[in-house]
Amino acid sequence: MNSVRIDAKGLHYTPLNQLIRQAVLNGAEEIIIDNVMGQRFIGDGLKGNTRIIINGVPGGDLGMFMSGPTCIVHGNADHAPGNTMDSGKLVIHGSTGDAVAHSMRGGSVFVRDNIGYRGGIHMKQYLGKKPVLVVGGTARAFLGEYMAGGLIVLLTRNGVKPFDEQGIASGIHGGEIFIRGDFDEKLLGVGARKLPCNSEDMDRVIPFIREFAQWFNLDEGPLMEGQFYRITPASSRPFANKYTWE
Amino acid sequence: MCGIISVIDRSRAMMDGSRIREALAMMNERGSGEGAGYVAYGAFPDFKDYYAIHVFYDNIHETKDDVDAILKKWGHIEHEEEIPTFDVPGIKRIHTPWRYFFKPDTSLMLRSPTPDEDIITYIVMKVNESIKGALIYSSGKNIALFKASGWPEDVADFYRIQDYNGYIWLGHNRYPTNTPGWWGGAHPFNLLDWSVVHNGEITSYGTNRRYIESYGYQCSMFTDTEVVAYLFDLLVRRHGLKDDIAVKALAPPFWEAIDSMPSREREFATAIRLTYGPALMNGPFAIVVAREDSIVGFTDRIKLRPLVTGEYGDRIYISSEEAAIRVMEPCVENIRMPKAGEPVIGRVYS
Amino acid sequence: MSIGSVPVRYKVEIDHDRCMLCERCVENCSYGVFRKSGNVIKVSPKQCVACHRCIAMCPRDAISLSARPIDYRPHPIWTDEVRESIYNQAKTGKIILAGMGNALPYPVIFDRLVLDACQVTNPSIDPLREPMELRTYIGKKPAKIEYKENESHEIELTTKITKNLQIETPIMIGHMSYGAISLNAQLSLAKAVSEVGTFMGTGEGGLHEALHPYQDHMIVQVASGRFGVDIDYLERGAAIEIKIGQGAKPGIGGHLPGEKVCYDVSCTRMIPEGSDAISPAPHHDIYSIEDLKQLVRGLKEATEWKKPVFVKIAAVHNSAAIAAGIARSSADAVVIDGFRGGTGAAPKVFRDHVGIPIEAAIASVDAKLRQQGIRNEISLIASGGIRESADVAKAIMLGADAVYIGTAALVALGCRVCGTCYRNLCPWGIATQRQDLVDRLDVENSSRQVSNLLNAWTLELAELMGAAGINSIESLRGNRDRLRSYMLDESLMQVLDVKSVGA
Repeated sequence: MNSVRIDAKGLHYTPLNQLIRQAVLNGAEEIIIDNVMGQRFIGDGLKGNTRIIINGVPGGDLGMFMSGPTCIVHGNADHAPGNTMDSGKLVIHGSTGDAVAHSMRGGSVFVRDNIGYRGGIHMKQYLGKKPVLVVGGTARAFLGEYMAGGLIVLLTRNGVKPFDEQGIASGIHGGEIFIRGDFDEKLLGVGARKLPCNSEDMDRVIPFIREFAQWFNLDEGPLMEGQFYRITPASSRPFANKYTWE
Repeated sequence: MCGIISVIDRSRAMMDGSRIREALAMMNERGSGEGAGYVAYGAFPDFKDYYAIHVFYDNIHETKDDVDAILKKWGHIEHEEEIPTFDVPGIKRIHTPWRYFFKPDTSLMLRSPTPDEDIITYIVMKVNESIKGALIYSSGKNIALFKASGWPEDVADFYRIQDYNGYIWLGHNRYPTNTPGWWGGAHPFNLLDWSVVHNGEITSYGTNRRYIESYGYQCSMFTDTEVVAYLFDLLVRRHGLKDDIAVKALAPPFWEAIDSMPSREREFATAIRLTYGPALMNGPFAIVVAREDSIVGFTDRIKLRPLVTGEYGDRIYISSEEAAIRVMEPCVENIRMPKAGEPVIGRVYS
Repeated sequence: MSIGSVPVRYKVEIDHDRCMLCERCVENCSYGVFRKSGNVIKVSPKQCVACHRCIAMCPRDAISLSARPIDYRPHPIWTDEVRESIYNQAKTGKIILAGMGNALPYPVIFDRLVLDACQVTNPSIDPLREPMELRTYIGKKPAKIEYKENESHEIELTTKITKNLQIETPIMIGHMSYGAISLNAQLSLAKAVSEVGTFMGTGEGGLHEALHPYQDHMIVQVASGRFGVDIDYLERGAAIEIKIGQGAKPGIGGHLPGEKVCYDVSCTRMIPEGSDAISPAPHHDIYSIEDLKQLVRGLKEATEWKKPVFVKIAAVHNSAAIAAGIARSSADAVVIDGFRGGTGAAPKVFRDHVGIPIEAAIASVDAKLRQQGIRNEISLIASGGIRESADVAKAIMLGADAVYIGTAALVALGCRVCGTCYRNLCPWGIATQRQDLVDRLDVENSSRQVSNLLNAWTLELAELMGAAGINSIESLRGNRDRLRSYMLDESLMQVLDVKSVGA
């Protein structure tokens, strides 16, 4: 495999991204970046299908506007990884900050542990593009707020409470959220409803749970145990009833 | 606005300023090079019982006599000096920073349970309000504060903060909108024992300011952050609330959450909200407040700003970004993002 | 007892002597006002929105229209609008939506400002004979220039000037999305700006492939819904604009109703057909000024620092400080949208009551940036309620580099400002996605109308500058000494930094 190694120590994100772009241009199939420490925008707007291994803690907006590549992070990710991402994958061996997968339209984000506030806010789908966010643990408040499409899965590993925060899926008008384990219905936001999953529903998520297990080298069996619940829009026009014409 | 970082060593072991300089500089993307600052607790062991009054003078000849007169009227100046600074290309000398080690004469403030603090507060408000060209920007015991307009590393080198030691350090990288170029606008803000660094904007400032002014505080820094120092001073020192309760007053739970609490808890939370409604801080913020024995970090009620904490040995770190903590301490453990409004408290061992 | 119906707003009459029963009115009215019954055209005036399509298309001028044929008891406080809003909300219990810009009769500051001209002591310039420079560069400028001289005494610039947009007239067309307006409307505008040498905004609706030939004159928008945004879109635009807010509805987001999301709109927005396109109030990756900087840089990084990035905010009390923050963010231009800015639909209470006029906002932003010594490092674009060339001149003299027009450009396409954009029935083919209506807008002719308007205003601007003895737009910018206020109060004069007439 054509592999390139970049030492990011002390490197600003712009020259770092220039090195990445150059490597992609030179046909690198794999780029390993060591000593990443807070550099933002890694893979921003990047096209192609290179695999990027990030050793360290990347800064905010990892994979923003990204279209194709796969970024594997050995560490936590900061604010909004996968922001407005178009396609490709992020695999995060750790947790993320707030607004992960913000406005994401396609591709997938796998987070081994937990995510912060407003995860998957305004995720949307379009034709063949369907964004997927799979989280090993759980999420903070306002998960899937304004969600317009795509799929979010919380696997609630390590005995975390499935969901214990306010405003889940507030304003959801497309897509669905799967949560392993039950949670209080009063936590649902405006326009969201909760349903227990049947086997047909499960067929939609199982491929992603399998992929999650593979990325993190986990046994997939326990990840599918127990009852899943899904959150879907009560209507595709959550605010339609708010207005009248002049 | 801005990036913040803070650390406390709970065994009061001293740290010099070199590492926080690196950590803050790592977050330069969060700033604009127009303001940065640091505060160190435990920096003046030789004068630890004196209030370290820090003043920015526009012009020594013009105004220093007036400040000296006020200080002498209210107590005794044990020692005074120009704060040593060193030329750095990125810093334009706008002010002359000066420090006094001062002891108030408590017999002059009758009928007060805390005459020392009341005299210092009075002097700070009086000077900042009435003496043009002088600004008291720090006034705590054993506390050294360093701030100016510039990038964090330049401000650090301007004061050579690596030559100072502290068991608590706070750092702040500013992105100003309203008062760029003014050294007084940089963080940390300090009053007495309290120092504050703040990221965000307090949309309730107008309400908070009017509330705090009704207790005799004067907001003279043209920014929303000073109000936090005054609110803590009022709630914790004067009203005797514990740190975590004060945070509950400033960033209380939502009524929906309060309504579903068990009755005793509900009663208490309701009382806090009713009593301290005007102190509730709204808008996006992440704040770290330090005092002599602790640091407290917290965010707004819906967590619109980032805050990350970590631990290593006796040290607790609170910052806007994990990477900044890792710059200070590569082996940091227990990295965590506290919940909205959840206070993270690091307190020295008693 | 129910409230009953409210009086009709318009009275439509047909002069049956003149009518030749051609039925053009029946065909043209998308609201269903006209129908033919036997040998006569019948009218249901209740449906009429005063769009004038019938009047414009009637070959015999047989249709007449008058407003408010039935009066309420006149009252200065309880106006007809106030009463009808109450009836409406009493019946529905809902928020009232309305179109176009602010409809309350606030005084227009532009109309209380007069321009200066030369007499005797300095010469006016005749723009017909002498060069008159209106070219403007929109983008970041350095605070100072640095250079070095090499051995052969050639000067090499060491300061790097970042990419600016070059406009031949300080008038651009603001962001009206495909979805809010039709593809033919966007095509007409795009063709016009390409010919004139200026730019237009895409709005938050993506970039339809039919517009790709004009992409070098288009500013692509990234708004809170991120509709249509991908790397291809960003790379196509000549510049990128982050929309934070809109003058017609500061502080709230927008909803494009599902019925306007037809197949093509769904393609450019990249959302399913028929789905609501909901733009949240804030960008959920921007909760603070440094987050804005982060998005600005995210966009720059994605496009390899080749595209200017603008940030548009609604004019509000604190615009000056906000703009100062934006100026430090790597953004190249700030757009301030005043409270008279148009909209396809906004809650009426916002449209009429929230925000401040562009004149005051631009003056205070310009002043604040000057006070901080960074005015020239960033461009300032004024928008919201620019109706004529004099408004353009005044906005520039109050501190803007250029203006965006919106409604004025639509009026050039035939819009009658009926304010019914949200119904998807615009009979002029502008604010609709219904194909039969869209087809009414002929791109060739319409684009000429728009370029005519831009050229006419440019000529008028040149005349105004010449009369003031100014031959380059830089000397007009922020030149408040050449403005005087006529019957403005003292405090507003301070904000605008203008003297009174006669002073």
